[in-house]
Amino acid sequence: MTLAHEMAFASPHITAYAVEATEHPDLARKYRVTGVPKTIVDNTIEILGALPEDAFIEQALFSQAE
Amino acid sequence: MSLLGSADQTRLRTEFEQLTRPVHLLFFTQSLGCETCAQTRQVLNELPALSSRVIIDEVNFVLEPDRARRYGIDRVPAIAVAYAQIDHVSAADGSADSGDLVDTRIRFLGTPAGYEFVSLVQAVLLAGGGESQLSEASRQRLASVQRPVTLHVFTTPT
Repeated sequence: MTLAHEMAFASPHITAYAVEATEHPDLARKYRVTGVPKTIVDNTIEILGALPEDAFIEQALFSQAE
Repeated sequence: MSLLGSADQTRLRTEFEQLTRPVHLLFFTQSLGCETCAQTRQVLNELPALSSRVIIDEVNFVLEPDRARRYGIDRVPAIAVAYAQIDHVSAADGSADSGDLVDTRIRFLGTPAGYEFVSLVQAVLLAGGGESQLSEASRQRLASVQRPVTLHVFTTPT
């Protein structure tokens, strides 16, 4: 989780929520969380598992054509 | 009774000595219909005992909807991490004025127990003036982000 939080701290445009899945089953269902960690970016992009820092940043922020 | 063993308390007390400014943990809670608010409070209450620069600001989710909205909180228990630029610890009267907080946009939904407790400690250190662990390349990449982005990272307590 710390990586997403670091990203929020570094960028004034990023907000990062660590969601405890068992306490928020409605959110876990909504985003079809079957394993953790799972990251959802802007309700659309899904990232499964833990990735290296550079790969995570690329997938989370730059994988969609602007 | 403390949730942390004395060795962990000693280690955290030493880590929190790095804090150069007050960190405010805004704890959004409500008294009814929140099964895990009490356990979140119990976890959070461990921290101010370890550093005078860690402050818990309890926010009643029902009575203060504007504050919840401002921090993008739509459920409880939730924590928003912020810091104050004025250091009350070195201020003459020692007063903790939480009027002017800087939001880090770091959030926790649910109890930060287990590994998430480690994330909470990391967030406190970062907000309190600690160094980012991100590489220089990552920081430059992040600087190019100009649109609002929201990340939800799902975890479990172990």
